[in-house]
Parts: sequence; structure tokens; C-alpha cells
Amino acid sequence: MSVLRRLGLTFGLPIILLAAWWFASADSTDFFFPPLSEILTALKEEWFGPRLLDDVVPSVLRLLAGYAVAIVIAVSLGVLIGTSRTVRGMLEPVLEFFRAIPPPVLVPIFILLFGIGDGMKVIVIAFGCMWPILLNTVEGVRAVDSVLSDTARVYRITGSARLRKLVLPSASPQIYAGLRQGLSVAIILMVISELFAASNGLGFAVVQAQRSFAIPETWAGMLMLGLLGFLLAMLFKVVENRQLAWYHGLRRAQRSS
Amino acid sequence: MTGSPAVTAPAGGPVAGAPAGPRPRRRRGVPQAVLGLVGLLILVLLVEILPRIGVLPREYFPPSSEIGSALGDLVGTTEFWTAVGDTLQGWAIGLAIASVAGVVLGILIGSSRFTREFTASTIEFLRPIPSVALIPIAVLLFGVAIESKLMLVVYAAFWQVLIQVLYGVQDVDPVAQDTARAYGLGRWARVRYLTWPTALPYVMTGLRLAAAVALILAVTAELVIGNPGLGKLLASAQSSGAYPTTYAIVVVTGILGVLVNLVFRAVERYSLSWHPSQRGEIPV
Repeated sequence: MSVLRRLGLTFGLPIILLAAWWFASADSTDFFFPPLSEILTALKEEWFGPRLLDDVVPSVLRLLAGYAVAIVIAVSLGVLIGTSRTVRGMLEPVLEFFRAIPPPVLVPIFILLFGIGDGMKVIVIAFGCMWPILLNTVEGVRAVDSVLSDTARVYRITGSARLRKLVLPSASPQIYAGLRQGLSVAIILMVISELFAASNGLGFAVVQAQRSFAIPETWAGMLMLGLLGFLLAMLFKVVENRQLAWYHGLRRAQRSS
Repeated sequence: MTGSPAVTAPAGGPVAGAPAGPRPRRRRGVPQAVLGLVGLLILVLLVEILPRIGVLPREYFPPSSEIGSALGDLVGTTEFWTAVGDTLQGWAIGLAIASVAGVVLGILIGSSRFTREFTASTIEFLRPIPSVALIPIAVLLFGVAIESKLMLVVYAAFWQVLIQVLYGVQDVDPVAQDTARAYGLGRWARVRYLTWPTALPYVMTGLRLAAAVALILAVTAELVIGNPGLGKLLASAQSSGAYPTTYAIVVVTGILGVLVNLVFRAVERYSLSWHPSQRGEIPV
């Protein structure tokens, strides 16, 4: 019974919404709102057909490359900046400023500096999603529990052992919060960087479909982007739950006590 | 979280006007502000020197003096202020719609266990959909009219508010809830005197996040779709080869972002001055 209830709760509303869309658009002759059946056909034939390899895969690879570069740079810089009060004080306004710049406005500038190749797109993604990760890492490193920190010092735990056993673990909940923000910025930049200058990619293909008024394909491309965003968020959640299992457990224990 | 307001306090302090705040904060705040200024100065100097000695391509990366003078010229034009107005208009309208919708729906959904569980999967699915995915359909439906910009802004900002409100509403103390019921408070009175104050810190966090996201999406829409505003100004400056102006506009968008953040931090502090999370900051 409770399984049935959970299934109903999980799939009830999505099914209702999809059914509503399906029937409301079934006989649609409106040019902009084609029937859902047509959109799904386009999704299957275009996006899960040849475009999966030609457009989706290159986009995702650029996204992952940029995201990985951002993580490495932002976390290592964040640890360095977070440990020194003076450096932190000097850089914080600068970092806040860079974070406040809407990342997409950097695309036209990076096109000037780095051309229009894959490299530019990876750099745009990396540069854009670096700031939330960096600022959260700084904040997390700064907030390392002072008792733990002093204890580590008393036991002469320094250098890389201190970093691996104390600083990174205790900053990791914050770092993951930054990583999550960074991921959604990365997806946005993946699309935006392909809108300006590209010969392949999801964003490029969707805009191409829109410019040639291939409406079902446009809708299908949007669904594809949505699916991609959803899948990446799910994947992130799985990784986060594994890595932060100790933290969530700790929080639960603290709350119930 | 608690660290950043202290950092921004020198600029945000007078706005907040917390009576007990300034004295202990200023003693700590001055060196912090000086450090910050030094950091900004170093950035400006680097941007001045690096292009001049050829580390950065001078042609595409003007030194800060040129960016500065372009900014000076820009500030004198009506075109620029119209663009700033357009951007802020789209931002404000979009943020307002998203906030009202997010708060109302959040309270409606959040106050019953059934609606919360019934909508959870749908929200989890819709939320990570990048708002830029809406660009093609927004262009098809509205072209460069303000509606296409609003569509992106509202979609992106709405989730930030909704999620926070949902957390906040669930946070209501069950004892207080039962007490209110026992004293015969009606549904509306409970929302007004119990749910709302409990959720307010979350709402404020949601609004601050939404305000930042809304600005990003407003500028993005202008840049990509071509709605009038700073984003469009930037695109035309870049394509006409006015590179110092391009950089100047980027700087302006950054300043706008910082201002939005400061204003919302101040609003947050002001509207939550009664709340333990804010009161706790003063004696530190």
C-alpha cells in the first residue's frame, strides 16, 4: 500500500501534466504549439538519432572539461585564499565583483581573446562557474572548527595531512554547495557559448532549429536540454550524497538529540 | 554566510542603520576595508600594466585607463542610461512576478504534507532545467519584446524563491502550530502570525539569490535575444570593435550585480533585525 502511495505521489502529477499537454495539444493547429506527439517523434528521431553523437556529446564534453578545470583551479585557490586572513581581505571584494558579473557577458570578450574554437567555450565555462566554487571554498576553509584546528596543530598535523584530513573534509559541505551552483552556471554557459559561434552542440542545434522555424524540433531540443540538466543534477546528487554521507548523518544526529 | 556580511559591512552598514551595529563593527571593519581597497587597486594596476607590456593582447584587452575613460564617456550618454533603465526594468518586473508567485505557491504547497509530496517529483524535475533552454521558444513567441526577457527572468528566479519558501514553511515549530490551533487562530491568522515569520529568513535568502539570478538572466536575454538593455549595448559595442566600451559595460554589469547584492543584504538585515540569526551577529 505504501509503495503504491509513493508511486502515486511520485508519478501522479507528472503523468497528469503530460496527459494534459498531450490532449490539449492533440489537435493543435497553432504553428507555435505543435501536438506533443510530434514533439516526441522529433525528440526520438532527431535528438536520440544522429544528433546525439554530433551535437549532444561534444556539448557535454566541453561542459565536463570546463567544469573540471574550474573545480581544480577554484578549490586550490580557495584553500590558499581561505587560510590567510590578509589575502582573503584583499581579494574578497575583487572576487565578489567577478562573481557579480553575469557570466554570459564574458562570451563576447572571450571570443575576442581566444577565438571561436572549443578552447574558448571550455574557458568560458571554466571561468564562469569558478566563482561560486571559489567563494564557497574560501568560506568553508575559513570556517574550519577552531578546536579541531588547534587540536591538529597540537598533534603536529601539518602540510598535506592537515589539508586532506582536516581542511578539505570540514570545508566539503560548503564546497559542494558551491559545486552545485557552479554546475547550473556551467550548463547555462554551455548553451550560451554555442549560441554565438559554433558548428555543433546542443545550443547551436536548438537555435538552428528555431531560426529555420522547425518548431517541433525546437521544442524537442528544449526538452533535451531539460533532460540533460535534470540528469546532471541527479548525478551530482548521487555523488554528493556519497561524499557527504558523514555530514548528513551528523546533521541528523544533531537535530534529533 | 555570516562572514560575507561582515566583509560588505563598510559599504552596506550605513544603509542598514542597525543602531548597535556600527561601533564594534567599525573597529574590525577599517583594516578589512583598506585591505579590500588595496586588492581592488592591485587589480586595476594589473589590468593597466599587463596589456601595456604585452602579456595580454593589447588590441583586445585595453588597459584599465582606457576602460576607465570609455566608462566616463559612456556615463555621459543618454543611450547608456536608457539601457541601464531597460535592464533594471526587466529585472524588477521579472523579480516581482517570480517573488509573488514563488511565495504564494510555496506557502500553498508547503502547508500541506500531501501537496508537498505530490509536487516534489515535478519540482525536482523542472528546477534543474536551465532557463536558457527557453530562449528559442521565447524568441518565437515574443521576439525582442520585453516578454521574452521576462520569461527567462521569471523562470530562473521563481525556483530560487519557491525552494526557499518550501524549506521555510516546513520549518514551523509543531508546538507553536498546535498552540496557535488551540487558541483558535484561523487558517489565515496562522499563515500571517506563524508561517510567515518562520519562513521570512528563508524568503529573504530566496529573494537575494533570485535577485542575483534575475539580473544575470536579464542581461543574458538582452545579449542573446537582443531585447534593449545593457546586454544589447554590449553586443553592439563588441561587434563594432569598440573594445574599451565593451569592457566598460562588463564592469558596469559587475557593479550592478554587487549593488543588487548589497541592497538585498541590507534589506535582509533590516527586515530580520528581530531574528536570532541577525541579532547574533552584533556582539561578535
